[in-house]
Amino acid sequence: MSRTITTSDKKPAARADIIDGHTLSMFVNNKPGVLMRICQIFARRAYNIDSLVVSQGRDPQFSRLTLGISGDPAGLPQIILQCDKLIDVIHCYEHTPDDSVVRELALVKIVVEGGEKRTELLQIVEHFGGKTVDLNESSMIIRIEGASDKVDAAIRLMNSYEIIETVRTGKVVMARGEQVT
Amino acid sequence: MATLNEEELDGAQALIKTLSDLGVEYVFGYSGGAALPMFDALETVESNIKFVLTRHEQGATHMADGYARATGKPGVVLVTSGPGAGNTITGIMTAQMDSVPMIILSGQQVTWMLGKDAFQEADIFGITIPIVKHNYLVRETNDLPKVAREAFHIATTGRPGPVLIDVPKNVSQSPFTGDLDAEIDLPGYKPEEAMDIDSSSLEAAARLINLAKKPVILAGHGAMIAGAEAELMELANRTESPVTSTLLGKGVFPESHPLSVGMLGMHGTAYANKAICECDLLINVGSRFDDRIIGQADKFCAQAKIIHFEIDNAEVGKMIVPDVAVVGDAKVALTQLLPMIEQADHADWLEHINGYKKKYPLGYKKQGGLRMQQVLDDIYELTDGEAIITTDVGQHQMWAAQFYLNDASFKWISSGGAGTMGFGFPAAIGAQFACPDETVIAVAGDGGFQMTLCEIATAVIHKLPIKILVLNNHYLGMVRQWQELFFDNRESGVDLEGNPDFVKLAEAYGCKGINIKRPADVKKKLQEALDYNEGPVLINAECVKTDNVFPMIPAGAALEDMLIEPPKHKMAKPVGST
Ligand SMILES: Cc1ncc(C[n+]2csc(CCOP(=O)(O)OP(=O)(O)O)c2C)c(N)n1
Repeated sequence: MSRTITTSDKKPAARADIIDGHTLSMFVNNKPGVLMRICQIFARRAYNIDSLVVSQGRDPQFSRLTLGISGDPAGLPQIILQCDKLIDVIHCYEHTPDDSVVRELALVKIVVEGGEKRTELLQIVEHFGGKTVDLNESSMIIRIEGASDKVDAAIRLMNSYEIIETVRTGKVVMARGEQVT
Repeated sequence: MATLNEEELDGAQALIKTLSDLGVEYVFGYSGGAALPMFDALETVESNIKFVLTRHEQGATHMADGYARATGKPGVVLVTSGPGAGNTITGIMTAQMDSVPMIILSGQQVTWMLGKDAFQEADIFGITIPIVKHNYLVRETNDLPKVAREAFHIATTGRPGPVLIDVPKNVSQSPFTGDLDAEIDLPGYKPEEAMDIDSSSLEAAARLINLAKKPVILAGHGAMIAGAEAELMELANRTESPVTSTLLGKGVFPESHPLSVGMLGMHGTAYANKAICECDLLINVGSRFDDRIIGQADKFCAQAKIIHFEIDNAEVGKMIVPDVAVVGDAKVALTQLLPMIEQADHADWLEHINGYKKKYPLGYKKQGGLRMQQVLDDIYELTDGEAIITTDVGQHQMWAAQFYLNDASFKWISSGGAGTMGFGFPAAIGAQFACPDETVIAVAGDGGFQMTLCEIATAVIHKLPIKILVLNNHYLGMVRQWQELFFDNRESGVDLEGNPDFVKLAEAYGCKGINIKRPADVKKKLQEALDYNEGPVLINAECVKTDNVFPMIPAGAALEDMLIEPPKHKMAKPVGST
């Protein structure tokens, strides 16, 4: 059967998981070049940025960054201080799932024609509180939102279908209670 | 000079006026198209700024660096875009590594051409991000004075460092309609916090100090920048501690003082390194524990407690995890610490260290040709140890550190963190501009001197009475030493065959030249150079070609594995750093 949609996003090979992944939040000046300064610090020390979300703060003079990073945990405290030291960084904190709320959103495009398979898939979507945001004869786009592990789990289940692409926003984090993000 | 109506300033004039208001005396630089408005403003704005035209932009940065290290004030550089800015990289990196305040103004292509590979366009903002404390690409003319004020504030406060300001030509050329006194706005930068020391950390430090039986003080550049000389002396006296200093800390504690054990580290004195190995408490005031002083990190002071006085939070625990960290300005911290420190009696410990001083003194052979050590020893004596010494990088640098003792701050100017060859001579020019009445001696190897020797012209034009001491071994000596010790003496890329006749070369520039060949002539010829003050004088000392610097701790080895004299057995290749 010929398909009109080409697969750009292969099923992931089993990869060393990012259990060691860390979530950092930064409050920075909203200026060109700030991200470059931050990224250089991670790259130089062989840290990978797994996810990155940038958005304007309530005061447009500032921006919010959430970074999901992986790399040698031993070097992390120094990196945080190094980021904090940047003139353009107002503050930089690490957050753990205990002290913060982490959310992300994924869009998953799946090849599925009508019938039983589709019904089954919709059950999974419903279970994870997802939504179908686009639907045609041969494919659908599903939106899943939640903590990263929930999004991971949903995608894992969908892996038994033919996923064409996934796009994830990356994590956004907010500290709980009195604590500052 | 035309007087200007403030209402008719252009951006460049507003910028130069701001620099003048900020107290800039000298600007070192090199002209070019994109910087034309700024160069013109140097002529049209009434100010006390003197511009020094160098012969290469690298020279300009090292001059600004030497000026800054001799005064504590920021050195200022002005260059054009593209290649001009590119030539400043080594100098900026050198300043950043050694926490030297510097302002680099670079011309830039007009804003609408940025990103289009326009003539002499280089993204110097992007290129320099990893080697500056901060940088700017200014897009609004009216921002220039504010940016200049911010740059000065950043460069000179907290842990100092270089700040680059990239100024597109249309930005400098457009009419200025803003506020010359615009307030700085740096919400992410709070150097004043360094004045606020956590009292519990001070109490913890005091407890360790009062308990110590064999303390050692390690004095670094940070203590000097903070101006903590008196507090350091008081701490040393009260704790009866031997005091060692880093290469950049030389002079913050007088090296001729009985408590001084000189420099530590790779080519430090045997007694400093032994004191470090045997101490039960190391009090580090303002050093970042560079790999050149700690050797194998996990063996460094393994038995001792460590206190780290540090202004830069990000340095705490980076190389060595201290038992107590006191974060903040060293002078403020020591001032608050001292009332908690009891007078100690460590006579036995000091006696023990003095034994090492007697057993392992720094020395050199008096026979077998002229030794660099002798030249340095003699010039130390002839200048009573009071000259400003700048050095290049290599064997001569380490011997200068060993034999030219410094008793005061800001008189030892050497590229430590970056180890930049070509630094010493231009740095001496900057230092001599800063301190016209002091004797300034540039100690250089024949290799490094040739990297920036074109600046002889700059020294000659300004009649700067610098003594350029070329310690000539016809080799890249320090590299040759490593090849001899660790690579079976296989020389590769170290023979400086083809060196010019340095005296003739100096004379071609209109600079006085003196040759020294025989050990017996050294004092006489050096005196002749010291007595000559009409302009620079180059002294070419033909030295033993294949001498080696000891003591030596091979890179990455533990301090206790220091070689006090030439090794009798074959050495393994060093594993650590470089
Ligand atoms: C710009 C630069 N290039 C290379 C080096 C590596 N290096 C360190 S010391 C040295 C030899 C220096 O030779 P010379 O200037 O003649 O001084 P000497 O060691 O002989 O006293 C070299 C090549 C360096 N430090 N800086």
